[in-house]
Amino acid sequence: MTFESPHIRVKDLNVHIGDHHILKNICLDIPDKKITSFIGPSGCGKTTLLKTFNRLLDRDKEVRVSGEVLLDGEDIYGRQVEVTSMRRKMGLLSQRPFPLPMSIYDNIAYGPRIHGTRKKKELNQSVEYHLRATGLWEEVKDRLNSPATSLSIGQQQRLCLARGLAVEPEIILGDEPTSALDPLSTQRIEELFLQLKDKYTIVLVTHILRQARRVSDYIVFIYMGEIVEFGPTEELLLNPKEKLTREYVKGYIS
Amino acid sequence: MSRYRLIKDRISGNLFLVFTHLSILTVVLIGAGLYGKSVPILKQSSFFHLLFSSEWKPFKNQFGFLTYIVGSLIVTGLAIVIALPLSLLTAIFISEYMPRNLKRLLIPFIDLLSGIPPVVYGVWGVLTIVPFIQDKLAPHFVEFSSGYSALAGGVVLAVMIFPLIISILLEVFNTVPQELRDASFSLGANQWETVSHVVLKKSVPGILAATVLAVSRALGETIAVLMVCGNQALMPHSILDPVYPLPALIANNYGDMLSIPMYDSALMLSALILFVIIFLFNGISRIVLYRLERRSYA
Amino acid sequence: MVLATTIIVGSLVMILWTITVRGIRSLNWDMVSKVPEGGFYIGKGGGLLNAIIGSVYITMGATLLGLLISIPVVLYINIYARKDSWLATVARFTFDVSFGIPSIVYGAFGFTIMVYFGLRASLLAGIITVTLVIIPILARAMDEVIRRTPGELSDATYSLGATRWETSKVFLRQSLPGIMTAILLSSGRAIGDAASVLFTAGYTDSIPASLGQPAATLPLAIFFQLSSPIQEVQDRAYAAALILTVIVLIISLGSKYFSKKLSKNKI
Repeated sequence: MTFESPHIRVKDLNVHIGDHHILKNICLDIPDKKITSFIGPSGCGKTTLLKTFNRLLDRDKEVRVSGEVLLDGEDIYGRQVEVTSMRRKMGLLSQRPFPLPMSIYDNIAYGPRIHGTRKKKELNQSVEYHLRATGLWEEVKDRLNSPATSLSIGQQQRLCLARGLAVEPEIILGDEPTSALDPLSTQRIEELFLQLKDKYTIVLVTHILRQARRVSDYIVFIYMGEIVEFGPTEELLLNPKEKLTREYVKGYIS
Repeated sequence: MSRYRLIKDRISGNLFLVFTHLSILTVVLIGAGLYGKSVPILKQSSFFHLLFSSEWKPFKNQFGFLTYIVGSLIVTGLAIVIALPLSLLTAIFISEYMPRNLKRLLIPFIDLLSGIPPVVYGVWGVLTIVPFIQDKLAPHFVEFSSGYSALAGGVVLAVMIFPLIISILLEVFNTVPQELRDASFSLGANQWETVSHVVLKKSVPGILAATVLAVSRALGETIAVLMVCGNQALMPHSILDPVYPLPALIANNYGDMLSIPMYDSALMLSALILFVIIFLFNGISRIVLYRLERRSYA
Repeated sequence: MVLATTIIVGSLVMILWTITVRGIRSLNWDMVSKVPEGGFYIGKGGGLLNAIIGSVYITMGATLLGLLISIPVVLYINIYARKDSWLATVARFTFDVSFGIPSIVYGAFGFTIMVYFGLRASLLAGIITVTLVIIPILARAMDEVIRRTPGELSDATYSLGATRWETSKVFLRQSLPGIMTAILLSSGRAIGDAASVLFTAGYTDSIPASLGQPAATLPLAIFFQLSSPIQEVQDRAYAAALILTVIVLIISLGSKYFSKKLSKNKI
């Protein structure tokens, strides 16, 4: 499937980690302001694919990436690219919430601060705005200065989302962001994603088919480092074209 | 703003890189410096002659290290022979057999003692071990011993490295997953079988590391040994005789021997010998350890 | 096993007991509040304040200098360099090996350098030598802590567009309890180490007023006075040993307390 002006376009992407060929000839368009989910059995390479989008794999000496990842038409692996400002355009939500070792307030203010916002008033506004956007404001407004770790896991994950939003990204990358959460917190995160897709392009890695079905517009099925099928959610789940997809959806491969 | 941040990042990166290289280089520098200072004496007589001769007459320009090397080996050997089995047994006992509340009391105590400086152990040696050997132990075996002896050195060193070995071993045993023990128990193994087949087997690299560290600590320890060993450069006939280990030789003579030609070069050579032995010993064991670790992950 | 444990614990308790009993007998307020007076070394008045202060100076100086060098190195090999890079492996190997090198070797090396530059035994030379001794301790301990920090922390900061420098600062904050423990561990070693300061720091009866002056240290005070034939002087060595032990115990208890207290903001 291709789109006219995708937010992210992946061209012939290959990733090797050591001797292992993790991703093979990936070509993929991520549509703008939609939720796209990556599904597939564990170890299929879906998280690796997600992390190539903001070059989080760069630090590993064993990793070799070839091919292109175009963000609004510009290759993020190009020479001219300044990695920090590129990464800023993508918020990441990891499997476990990981608050920075500081207060709730400072967690949100961290991003704006390093990017040059110094004025107390602007910071206060940003913190309040993003805490409201993630529905945390009412819960934490009286204890903004307590450590972020004093929050529940579900709250921490929303805090991490708010922290990511505070640097005003265009894209949200979610790496199984609800896998550590209870059903209620999971539901809240999913609701947030549905609200946020008006403004953001969202890419979600998940191993829960029902979650992919609940939230995503498109689904990419990845198996053994290759894209097997890519299509609109209902179509792919109810009417898969490929045999592998059908077997996975039915639960034969896991 | 953004450019300023990136410049800061780059400068700090380069600066830190320089620091990293420098800190690696320091060790090379130490080796090179000591070697540079030992060149004069190495030019004068062959290395093997220096190593295996026991003629130590600085005024006649004769420097044979044999007695000192033997002294070091005896003291270190004694310390390890005493400390290793006792510490291993104790660590196993604490880690696998002791009730939790007693453990919680004992482990901090041992940690605490591993921080006590060698000189304090030396004082204890002078106060307790030396008189004990002189009055109680030695009279049974030899006509006379001042108590200041290889045995005293070995015992003081052993006691000094007890806490060190035990705390490393406890940490090592602690990293053996509880699931492994449970698995062993559920197969019907008893406590000792579990310890010997599972815990100890899994801990071989750690035990090796602890031993290496203990040996280097014992071999290089200066002050504590210096205080109780007697420091006489004679070939010892028994462990109740005084010995004169290498570090003690350096410590006792450095600073006031600059007037005698070659003396400082000889002492530097002894520092170099210590350096090389311990470097090789640690280096090889590290490489073995890395290998073992990699194999156990694969 | 019970026997082995009894022997070991027994001997360790015995050490503390002996040092305390013999130390307290000759310990008095003068010991910790006065510098040696005339005839101190033949048993007349005065105290060990010179050695206490000298030891504290050297320990603080060396710890500060050691941190200044080891923190950048640890940050470099964990955050700036690629994961498990060749340089990091070499650096870790170096620290592992130099951790085992005896302090007398550092002392001899320090002395050589001193002579080479025409310096005399001084506070500065002592600090530099002790720094060499404790850098491996600091670096290894901090490396361990930072290495164990989950990768998600750097994923999080990098995703916010942070540079490596900014990420380093977050890591330092995250590892604060571990760093504190490393500092106290190394200062325990620094204050008790005799062999490295034997030739480099010198010995003096006064409190050093500048980095260029020689400085007395507690371990050497113990060592020198113990070898005296005069009973009063020997007794002072026992008292000094007790003082040193107490300082070290306070340091290690402090490290336990701090690492507990500081870990509250940690994950």
